[in-house]
Amino acid sequence: MLIKLTGGTVYDPACGIDGQLQDIYIKDGRIVAKPTDAVVEKEYDLKGKVVMSGAIDMHTHIGGGKGNIARTLLPEDHRQDPVHRSDITRSGCGHAMPSTFVTGYRYAEMGYTAGFEPALLPINARQAHMEMADIPILDKGGYVMLGSDDYLLRMLTAKKDQKAINDYVAWTMQSAKAIGVKVVNPGGINAFKFNQRKLDLDEQNCHYGVTPRDILQVLATAVKEIGVSHPLHVHGCNLGVPGNVQTTLDTIQGIGGLPMHLTHIQFHSYGTEGDFKFSSGAAQIAEAINRNKNITIDVGQILFGQTVTASGDSMRQHANHKHASPNKWVTMDIECDAGCGVVPFKYKDQNFVNALQWAIGLETFLLVNDPWRIFLTTDHPNGAPFTSYPHLIRLLMDRSFRNDVLSTIHPEAQKMTTLASIEREYTLQEIAIMTRAGAAKLIGLKDRGGLSAGNWADITVYTDNTDRQKMFEKPDYVFKDGQLVVVDGKVVSTKWGTTHVVRPDFDPSVEKGLKDYFDRYLTMKMGNFKISDDEITEDGRGSITVHPLSS
Amino acid sequence: MTEITEVPSPFCGIGTDDLTIRVDGVLLKVIENGCAVNTPAFEQPMTDISARVAGQEVSLEVAVAKAAELLKDTKLPLIGGCATDVNGMRGLLALADRSGAVVDNMNFTGARNNFLALQDSGWMNTTLAEVKNRCDLLLVVGTDLEGFAPRFFERYLWNKESMFIEDTSEREVIYLGRAPSGDASTNPMGKKAQVFPCAIEDLAEVVAVLRALVKKQPIRATSVAGIAVADLQLIADKLKAATYGVVTWAAGALAYTQAELTVQTLSEMVKDLNNQNTRCSGLPLAGKEGDQTANQVCGWTTGYPARTRFSSGYPEYDPFLNETKSLLANGEVDALVWVQAFNVNAVPPETDLPTIVVGRSGMTFTKEPDVFIPVGTPGIDHAGHAYRMDNVVAIRLKKLRDSGLPSTAQVLNAIEQAL
Repeated sequence: MLIKLTGGTVYDPACGIDGQLQDIYIKDGRIVAKPTDAVVEKEYDLKGKVVMSGAIDMHTHIGGGKGNIARTLLPEDHRQDPVHRSDITRSGCGHAMPSTFVTGYRYAEMGYTAGFEPALLPINARQAHMEMADIPILDKGGYVMLGSDDYLLRMLTAKKDQKAINDYVAWTMQSAKAIGVKVVNPGGINAFKFNQRKLDLDEQNCHYGVTPRDILQVLATAVKEIGVSHPLHVHGCNLGVPGNVQTTLDTIQGIGGLPMHLTHIQFHSYGTEGDFKFSSGAAQIAEAINRNKNITIDVGQILFGQTVTASGDSMRQHANHKHASPNKWVTMDIECDAGCGVVPFKYKDQNFVNALQWAIGLETFLLVNDPWRIFLTTDHPNGAPFTSYPHLIRLLMDRSFRNDVLSTIHPEAQKMTTLASIEREYTLQEIAIMTRAGAAKLIGLKDRGGLSAGNWADITVYTDNTDRQKMFEKPDYVFKDGQLVVVDGKVVSTKWGTTHVVRPDFDPSVEKGLKDYFDRYLTMKMGNFKISDDEITEDGRGSITVHPLSS
Repeated sequence: MTEITEVPSPFCGIGTDDLTIRVDGVLLKVIENGCAVNTPAFEQPMTDISARVAGQEVSLEVAVAKAAELLKDTKLPLIGGCATDVNGMRGLLALADRSGAVVDNMNFTGARNNFLALQDSGWMNTTLAEVKNRCDLLLVVGTDLEGFAPRFFERYLWNKESMFIEDTSEREVIYLGRAPSGDASTNPMGKKAQVFPCAIEDLAEVVAVLRALVKKQPIRATSVAGIAVADLQLIADKLKAATYGVVTWAAGALAYTQAELTVQTLSEMVKDLNNQNTRCSGLPLAGKEGDQTANQVCGWTTGYPARTRFSSGYPEYDPFLNETKSLLANGEVDALVWVQAFNVNAVPPETDLPTIVVGRSGMTFTKEPDVFIPVGTPGIDHAGHAYRMDNVVAIRLKKLRDSGLPSTAQVLNAIEQAL
């Protein structure tokens, strides 16, 4: 069927289109050039509408064990937001950590068509993929977590060469079906198992003698050398610790020009100034980002209200458990592989620290110049549930609204932020870069995130509205692979998205050492550890899309 | 005849995946690394191959149509058992959502002791590979561990090599509340575990005193439930002195009222120990017959564990009101679907309600259900996924033979379609 979207105002930064009137044609799920002879079977009149490609959340905790622990932990949160079934949709729950089906519906209802789980533990990757297989409409993928696994740390202690590490990283990516590599509190999750309670960038793991800096260096190098487009995805040391802005600046400096993505940087941008010994480091961070073109970031904005934090960083989550609200929390040590910590949080605008965290996130958005290197996230659900994105977009695009909210937060926090003086308002094109073209480019997604012919037809249509929150929370239409899935902010049909992966090469002999390690120390045979393609495709709903490696 | 190696087991809960199984047609023989739990479960003969309606053999299509007919006008059907693989649970939850059913996993009343503690205060837990490589002290509370999982000690405690324990035979094992049924916990040098028995229902009190001692609270009594406080002090001191202590229990073995408070006290004690400059972790034992699988899949599909109803059009969790036993006793439900793909002995509860059994081939009944559909067992008749006791690890189950039996998912999806 040939579909025509007529006369919309198109924002397609991937092609340099910034608010131009354009027609778009869709055939067999993809965007096509204007056909010379074919008959248009379905036409949508988009005069006065804003057209973008489907949004991509490049860092959202939507699959894996810690998310399911968070769900199990919070029945009272689900009871506030029950979701009824309909003839075409499944029932479930919403709010802080929605059920899988509701995750898919609500993302689609905001115009999102893809989400990437940033913390795929190798041993838990199977679960993450099974959960994501039950998220309808969205495409998905994951970044496999390394850096606190004993295998890598043993390699570093044994002074294995970079080539050997590259093989291990590539093998793990293939085994876990990943599109990127993430490191969380490098070596720190492991150190916590040895009863270390903090680990600075240059502090040694007490057993291995390896530092976070060493781990970042070898992993960032491996990711680059095996040809993975997405740079090493880094959740740095000292999350949430006042003064960690210096750790973050040292981390940027220390990577020596290698591509690196610093995630939820808001949680890593804290100074120690002022009466409360807690201050904003956003200006220093933004200045460093602006200067170092090898660095990309996402913000991890916090927004006020109840949520739950779910992280691989068992060391820092254990330290933060005293802030748990409600007062219940979980940490786990996991399979000589990683760990996790789940701590419910209620961010309050009248709490000085929370209020300043809110301002630090916004300062970061507004002070980083290049929208291609900064991404819109709340680190769902850690800073806020993903359903708060339209509100966040309004804060970025509407200075008077932003200042109105600013004037209501803790008065001491107002004094500690430069936010009121920042005039910048994001444009629609900049929002489209952060949430579409830039995200697709960063992850290395071929044929997604743009509206030129050949791309998959993931398209979102909004009614222009000066209230940007209203505009972004209720798209007129959302197409996923050419199928109309949302009308007026409600799901009208569902489908199953694909799983995006890359398949970097490795020397097959890497399995010799691994098989021996699995047999001696782990609890599963190596052959049973590797996830096969048919585990994702055998139910007839899932599919795998392999993306090219960078040369 | 073929031999299949590295076969993972969905039966024992501890994720053994080193079995060698000889397959001769549909006959299975465990020839390496079997145990008292896994061997009979794998070798269970396949008998029924056809579905039955009112005791008469019928085609699968006829049985599915009859099942749908029985469910069609129900007000509140109950889907019990819930013992199957991940895809089976997906099908089960889709059917429950469509039919407005109550879903209740058969082991939930035991598991509830854990869920209530988790949902009230949380815990710090670990997984089997960490035990294998780090645990220097194992405290087993109220549970016959080897009866639960016969190969636990061989695989995870007396393993020859470990990354961080120089000599694994020097690990210490202490039993509190219940003595072990055999010698699996005796270390390779012949040293027996220390055992401090008490009546199982007295564990609440014993564990409360142990936690108080860990927290250095003064205790005036000299003995608790027959255990000397000095002995509990010894356990507390050992937990504090351990580098990586592990406290384990099976929620179902704590079979007394309000045992969730015992689990909570143990879990809070583990947290206390982690505030005293050492590491310690909990290790809840479970994972039998798909119980963790049921709770995991129900968890991501609904937000809640597998004792949840869909009669309002959305999931409602209640760990007490949605219990099979009371729903049947109070006449609250009007049909029963029993799903049990692992264990022929886990038959549905007795009821006069219309009953549909989606069960493992070989299941026998004192009262023939209205519909019986024999299904394949995940990990024998078809591939699938099951969760281990430690929840983090899902194992990939293998297909071992061609039995022609449909999977749970196929049957439940067909019934849902027919509705």
